[in-house]
Amino acid sequence: MATAHSRTAARFMIAPAVLLLLAWMIIPLSMTLYFSTLRYNLLMPGMEDFIGFDNYSYFLTDPAFFAALTNTLLLVGGVLLITVIGGILLALLLDQPMFGQGIVRILVIAPFFVMPTVSALVWKNMFMNPVNGLFAFLTKAVGLQPFDFLSHAPLTSIIIMVAWQWLPFATLILLTAMQSLDSEQIEAAEMDGAGAFARFFHIVLPHLTRAITVVVLIQTIFLLSVFAEILVTTNGGPGTASTNITYLVYAQSLLQFDVGSGSAGGIVAVILANIVAIFLMRMIGKNLDI
Amino acid sequence: MGQIKLEKVTKAFGNTQVIPPLDLEIEDGEFVVFVGPSGCGKSTLLRLIAGLEDVTSGDIVIDGTNATALPPARRRLAMVFQSYALYPHMSVKKNIAFPLKMAKMPEDKIEEKVKNAAHILNLTDYLERRPGQLSGGQRQRVAIGRAIVREPAAFLFDEPLSNLDAALRVNMRLEISELHQSLKTTMIYVTHDQVEAMTMADKIVVLRAGNIEQVGSPLDLYRSPNNLFVAGFIGSPKMNFLEGEDAAKHGAHTIGVRPEHLRVIHGATTSSGWTGTVGVIEHLGSDTFMHVHLDGDRGTITVRADGDNPAKVNDKITVEALSEDRIYRFDKGGMAIR
Amino acid sequence: MARRVPTSRKWLVTIAAWAIGFLIFFPILWTILTSFKTEAEAIASPPSFLFFDWTLDSYREVQSRSNYFLHFYNSVIISLGSTLLGLVIAIPAAWSMAFVPAKRTKDVLMWMLSTKMLPPVGVLIPIYLLFRDFGLLDSRFGLVIVLTLINLPIIVWMLFTYFREIPGEILEAARMDGATLWAEIVHVLTPMAVPGIASTLLLNVILAWNEAFWTLNLTAAKAAPLTAFIASYSSPEGLFYAKLSAASTMAIAPILILGWFSQKQLVRGLTFGAVK
Ligand SMILES: Nc1ncnc2c1ncn2[C@@H]1O[C@H](COP(=O)(O)OP(=O)(O)OP(=O)(O)O)[C@@H](O)[C@H]1O
Ligand SMILES: [Mg+2]
Repeated sequence: MATAHSRTAARFMIAPAVLLLLAWMIIPLSMTLYFSTLRYNLLMPGMEDFIGFDNYSYFLTDPAFFAALTNTLLLVGGVLLITVIGGILLALLLDQPMFGQGIVRILVIAPFFVMPTVSALVWKNMFMNPVNGLFAFLTKAVGLQPFDFLSHAPLTSIIIMVAWQWLPFATLILLTAMQSLDSEQIEAAEMDGAGAFARFFHIVLPHLTRAITVVVLIQTIFLLSVFAEILVTTNGGPGTASTNITYLVYAQSLLQFDVGSGSAGGIVAVILANIVAIFLMRMIGKNLDI
Repeated sequence: MGQIKLEKVTKAFGNTQVIPPLDLEIEDGEFVVFVGPSGCGKSTLLRLIAGLEDVTSGDIVIDGTNATALPPARRRLAMVFQSYALYPHMSVKKNIAFPLKMAKMPEDKIEEKVKNAAHILNLTDYLERRPGQLSGGQRQRVAIGRAIVREPAAFLFDEPLSNLDAALRVNMRLEISELHQSLKTTMIYVTHDQVEAMTMADKIVVLRAGNIEQVGSPLDLYRSPNNLFVAGFIGSPKMNFLEGEDAAKHGAHTIGVRPEHLRVIHGATTSSGWTGTVGVIEHLGSDTFMHVHLDGDRGTITVRADGDNPAKVNDKITVEALSEDRIYRFDKGGMAIR
Repeated sequence: MARRVPTSRKWLVTIAAWAIGFLIFFPILWTILTSFKTEAEAIASPPSFLFFDWTLDSYREVQSRSNYFLHFYNSVIISLGSTLLGLVIAIPAAWSMAFVPAKRTKDVLMWMLSTKMLPPVGVLIPIYLLFRDFGLLDSRFGLVIVLTLINLPIIVWMLFTYFREIPGEILEAARMDGATLWAEIVHVLTPMAVPGIASTLLLNVILAWNEAFWTLNLTAAKAAPLTAFIASYSSPEGLFYAKLSAASTMAIAPILILGWFSQKQLVRGLTFGAVK
């Protein structure tokens, strides 16, 4: 609480941020909504017609959409699975007393700071390339045929790249959460005769639930929008084998110049993201006491 | 000058009325203490005077001018906060100089004033330190220094000593009292410690749930409390209260006797006293406090006795008031019967 | 109290942790090493790990062929510019929410956060068309604006969590001392919040530096930051491993260094205070 004077001042101070974000949200979103009801191709300017929900039915019945939806879910699910389980295990390991903990931490976190285009290209060329890549060398060394990751398992390859980038994030947050666990609780459980596994499942894991939820929700928000990794490695292919919704919308609108159905796809993506966002916001909101 | 008048001041946070209509006059140069239990609105009242909160209705008049709508800086008041609220990134010197800098005073004058204040408050050796490098008492003095350089019309203190340990508290209490005597500036001081109130105040304002229960000098309040609440709040240990038959005998609904106004008679029963069994005994050296469980489940009363009183736990004793006029009488509504 | 751990166990943990840490870090290490090789050595089989002729040729060539430093400069301008602009807008907003909270403050904060969850493809087309019509495509200015807006919620939110730890009494003391609102923010709040503001700056520079949706879609050449520049290696130049590695190393090195300083803030900033 404060005086009327300071409340007025507060309103002025917050106004620019609010107005800018409001504009950022409303103007383009309503334009997308509007475009999604038009027949609108950038190659044929001046031919825009109102066609209602046709773009939506076109976009949603396109087999590419179904493929993209599946790929999106697989990508998000796969990366989450790897990063959360890997993150918990890594956090457990890093929480133990050891020599050079600080350095190990730095090594583990590093991938998060690598820009997506770099990580994608490095993985694609220097590791997964079937001729000169390091993996090809290793498979040949043990006498196997090199595997062409990006043509035969494009989505899995992308999942690996993205998981590598996000594993540090999950690890860091879970480790932070783990370190906030009161060591007396663990000691009390030990006194009560709980073994290592019992301690993990009855004390550590419940304590981590919150952090895990946060990791899952935040990563989901980012993973739904994976783009650069696909653009520089597979271009969504072969066929639509590694196209996710974000990439599909990009391809429709900026490669095929079909703004109308691209916009419909954009709105679909917004709706999907919102479903996740609602859960995330609840979670954060509950935690925020003003 | 520092005369402050509150006229029908009220304050509500949303729908909860924290201060009901309240009138109060504070004379120039007075040391006024607001006491009351936690949550009774002492801080709120002080912040209303300071201008850190708006009054919901009513007026605040400072030295004859209506200050209700003035921002804090223009009210010529200085405040010392419970947490000291020192600027952690500034040296002691800069902290004290800050209000003067804000008032755009010339550098050399600022220098001189800061030096003076530091001298008065024994801070000369610490001027270059940051608040983080000072002890609690020193921080407190910096906060006071920042207040006095402005030469305000009045000082406002919100529980300034509550973060200090007991010994330091006694010291600072004296220092603030001395400061008041030398500056002769109005001071309003909030505390919930009735010892602080009794020792420092010219005038005590006892608050309960935003209401003023009684205003008066410390001895006034001690000698003639207006009601049960004030009687119970002022004095330590608390006044003993008895109801029922004992009170009826004196023509009251409730009677009260302070522990220090009781006398112990060992063993025998006299007609005017109360008989009971000694429970806990607290030896303070100079005094002994005994908690006596009265016979017939009439309650427990505390008695002050000499330090060398021989009573032991489970002894049967009788206590009686030093004299009849040491027994305070209250009616059914808790108001004093005089 | 720390307990004595058997040394053997400590060694075991150490070895396991270092091995895994090394494995996770390996792609980065490999990139850095390859950047010092010749193209021939880069694809040699078996690959040489440390024993090759260290050379800076690839670095020289990356610069001479494609004006690397222009893109580096673009990245600096865009990430720093958008973060500083964001701070200027966010500091007053965070001040309001932290020190003059109103009934709707929580809603405003949550709403700001929700804008961050808007998937970029949802607004790709209008932004692209607006940029085209206003001549902002492939301009640093345009990207600064977009990145400011997408990071603004995180900046506001982080500052808010830091500001909230500053006792309001100190600002009230400043107000009593005659400070104007401006003086209160400039002389008292900002210096006290320097650590928080610095962390916010750091994290957002990192996020903006690595942003790879808008930078890829809204720039072509002139204003392209490193993310977009590296993307141009996707084919067929990417097969020149040494040059790809040299360009990549230069692109990630500054952020790796900044990032290591900001581990703590990262958790706080990216979880919006939900995990501390
Ligand atoms: N900003 C606020 N919003 C709502 N209610 C408030 C606010 N500030 C104070 N209150 C309420 O007003 C009442 C008086 O608070 P105040 O802080 O003045 O008490 P106090 O006498 O100073 O107590 P203490 O001795 O504990 O400091 C309390 O019930 C408190 O809950
Ligand atoms: Mg208070």
